[in-house]
Amino acid sequence: MTEMVYGSISVERGEPILPKWWRTIDKVTMFSIILLFCIGLLLGFAASPPLAEKNGLAPFHYVERQVLFGGMAIFTMIIMSMMSPKLVRRLAVIGFVISFIGLVLLPYFGTDFGKGAVRWYRLGFASLQPSEFLKPGFIVVTAWLMAAAQEINGPPGRMWSFFLAVTVAIFLALQPDFGQACLIIFGWGVVYFVAGAPLPLLVGMATMVVGGGTIAYQWSEHFARRIDGFLSPEIDPRTQLGYATNAIQEGGFFGVGVGEGQVKWSLPDAHTDFIIAVAAEEYGFVLVSAIIAIYAAIVLSSFIRLMRERDPFIRLAGTGLVSMFGVQAVINMGVAVRLLPAKGMTLPFVSYGGSSLIAGGIAIGMLLAFTRVRPQRDISDILSGRKI
Amino acid sequence: MSDTSLRTPLRPLSRILPARARGENTDQIEKDNIRKRHEQDREMGRATAQSRIILVGLIFVCLYLIIAVRVAALSASEASEPRTYTAGSSIVEQRRDIVDRKGRILATNMNTYSLYVEVPHLVDPVGTAKALADVFPDLDQERLIKDFTGKRKFLWIKKKLSPEQKQAAHDIGDPGLRFGPREMRLYPNGKLAAHVMGGASFGKEGVAAAEVIGVAGVEKTFDQALRDPSLSGKPLQLSLDLSVQAAMEQVLYGGMKLMNAKGAAGVLMDVHTGEVISIVSLPDFDPNQRPHPPVEGHPDDSPLFNRSVQGVYELGSTFKIFAVAQAMDLGLIDPETMIDTKGPIKWGRFRINDFHNYGNQLTASKVIEKSSNIGTARIAQMIGTDRQQEFLRKLGLLDPIEFEMIEASGGKPLLPPKWSDLSTMTISYGHGLSTTPLHLAAGYAAIANGGHKVTPTLIKTSTPTLGPRVMSENTARQSVDMLRRVVTEGTASLGNVEGYAVAGKTGTADKPDPRGKYYKDKVIATFATIFPADEPKYALVVTLDEPTDTTGPEPRRTAGWTAVPVAAEVISRVAPLLGLRPRIESQESAAISQSE
Repeated sequence: MTEMVYGSISVERGEPILPKWWRTIDKVTMFSIILLFCIGLLLGFAASPPLAEKNGLAPFHYVERQVLFGGMAIFTMIIMSMMSPKLVRRLAVIGFVISFIGLVLLPYFGTDFGKGAVRWYRLGFASLQPSEFLKPGFIVVTAWLMAAAQEINGPPGRMWSFFLAVTVAIFLALQPDFGQACLIIFGWGVVYFVAGAPLPLLVGMATMVVGGGTIAYQWSEHFARRIDGFLSPEIDPRTQLGYATNAIQEGGFFGVGVGEGQVKWSLPDAHTDFIIAVAAEEYGFVLVSAIIAIYAAIVLSSFIRLMRERDPFIRLAGTGLVSMFGVQAVINMGVAVRLLPAKGMTLPFVSYGGSSLIAGGIAIGMLLAFTRVRPQRDISDILSGRKI
Repeated sequence: MSDTSLRTPLRPLSRILPARARGENTDQIEKDNIRKRHEQDREMGRATAQSRIILVGLIFVCLYLIIAVRVAALSASEASEPRTYTAGSSIVEQRRDIVDRKGRILATNMNTYSLYVEVPHLVDPVGTAKALADVFPDLDQERLIKDFTGKRKFLWIKKKLSPEQKQAAHDIGDPGLRFGPREMRLYPNGKLAAHVMGGASFGKEGVAAAEVIGVAGVEKTFDQALRDPSLSGKPLQLSLDLSVQAAMEQVLYGGMKLMNAKGAAGVLMDVHTGEVISIVSLPDFDPNQRPHPPVEGHPDDSPLFNRSVQGVYELGSTFKIFAVAQAMDLGLIDPETMIDTKGPIKWGRFRINDFHNYGNQLTASKVIEKSSNIGTARIAQMIGTDRQQEFLRKLGLLDPIEFEMIEASGGKPLLPPKWSDLSTMTISYGHGLSTTPLHLAAGYAAIANGGHKVTPTLIKTSTPTLGPRVMSENTARQSVDMLRRVVTEGTASLGNVEGYAVAGKTGTADKPDPRGKYYKDKVIATFATIFPADEPKYALVVTLDEPTDTTGPEPRRTAGWTAVPVAAEVISRVAPLLGLRPRIESQESAAISQSE
């Protein structure tokens, strides 16, 4: 009564959290991710038993772990997607700092699992790859710095983020993990591009990348071997690439049948880097094109939402995150079909791998948080009647 | 409003200056100006970002399309089996083939499987043992059951399986039965040239593969060369001619049966190159299933024994030509020199006699023609021990032949312990010196090719390799003429083959018995020939072991009745195969020209 009589401001209770979340979330992306995860499990049933057998584990050991990590990843994704962009930014910055420290300390505490590159921490039940967690955090930090730089009298964020990108890339290249280093540079480039990079500078950067690649080719045997393998016209069919190509050919348009594929027995990375070969062999072009379509749907849906976004930070961070995600899929599949040189890169949400799954969950969670529908004009703007 | 189209000034001096003049605080105006500029930047940034996001999105769409198209193209293309594209990735055998002089296969490899059992994997050991015993009747069922239920973990069942046997073992269906791939040596011609091939067996054996090693014959002699990976794919070519070998084996087998002989040997040699075209020893065996060496009886009676290169025999009168040829070469005699053949020659308590009494004197040519022991012994006396020994050594009759069969080293000629003057005389007619038929063929080849030493070989050679001269060409020619007369007028009249001008010398030697004496009714009958006599190309030696021709009223054992007809049949069969054109004998054409 008092409120009615004295006209005190009635508290706008706001929408309940879940309905609001459901209304504003990018449902296309979210369900695409869940679908990808399910496809990954389906393929894991076929692709991972040979490895499990080799390691003396139960046949579906890796599938079980995938379910566990995938569940955690999707849970993380949903929780993250409910956060406000500001909270996401804060957590991402903290996460970036922690994972960067982890990256720096890798040479002292890390392990290489006999694969020739120190990229992991051994955590007993699982291993942790800091670079996977570094990527989303790095994108958010970069976007934040770039957005801040757009403010009048703001900090020189472009320069800072550039140095940050180079530093992180150098640490990654020292592992050596040229794939992630390139991905970091690429992510920074996309953010900078969308933030309004001057075109002459972009051309100069492209030149530098080519030059850097040449130097890496000459100085790193690890790198040169892979490029050579790609450039050699006649592929050695006993390499992973040879088996993968053959598997895709075997599969044809409709596949050889569930569980009938042979490539998983020959490829040590059938469940991670070459999962698309397993998909192509057992389910054919049908499933592969479906997977490609899902990735394209995620990327396009996110971009359309981000185009409308007026907040520079959200726009930049979202674009960076979805580009990283999309390009990772491009690289993974491009390698399997021999469009790109061999590069260890997981297929997001489909490949087996705890770190990559959970980091992917975090990244997509952030993306979902950024692409939620939100009022794009300040009420004050509207009230002031300024034409925007 | 117009300020969206016009650029907002950095400082709105037009508003600040009047305000300052009015004494108002200008901070608010500056703030307002910054906000405006900011909004303008944002709008411009947003427009740029929007277009650039569209651009990035388009790039992504293109990338995904490219990948999709690429996957579709790969899916539509034909899959190729992953294989190594190394140079010459054809099927290369583990062991080289052996072929004859015309490239026909004598020995090759075949893929087969061995059968072994991993006992821990057997599902039904007793049932499997019974089923195996059914498939392979030579296996002992009780023993298998004992092995399968005992402590053994692994055992070999069969080293080679035929496809039918493999299927039968497979059909048993027990997972403990395993097949190991094998490359086995195969002699597709069976018994043909069995002694030359020798045979092969498995060396080191593993589950995945087994080593094939030669155990005898050329397989053993050339074992390393046959296994040399650098020569892989190139067959080993022998001098043998498969069809000649087949014809000769067939004729010799028939001859051996007709003449009731227990064994036969034959050597056919190219007199210019020493290439052995055919070499036969009967009885023989199948190198695909080489028998085990005999544990009882005389080793010479085993089919494994090679009479041609291992068997040393006193080859009798065939040796006479060497004494006569040497005497002619030394100028001691010529074909018409009269030789004293009055017998017997007494030497201590030893007597040298002839088969028939040929009178007091014969020409040297007739000595050969009639095969007079006394005449030859007289000629040997003229030559003397040292010169005879030297000549026989130059012909290669006193040393083992370095032949490409591992067994040849066993064919060491047996020389008299003390080469006395009596030995000289007996050796001149082929007693007291034992050699192999191969030695004899090499000796005759030397006469046939015009006097050059011949080293027999089993490897095909393209160019004639003349050894050192052992006699003059004239001597060789005269010797061949003498040998020709043996066939036309002498002891080997059954050896005449129309059109091939056979020249040769018979030899019948009593076999020594174990007590050091000679059997009365056991002989080695030999016919050593050269053909065609007018232009000798081939030397052939046929030896029959213990032949008896029972077709006549009394058993005949001399070479003229036994070895000679067999050799004649061999020549009539193989000469066309060797590409020799039969010639009308010159005498007949002379008769025709006279009648004109």
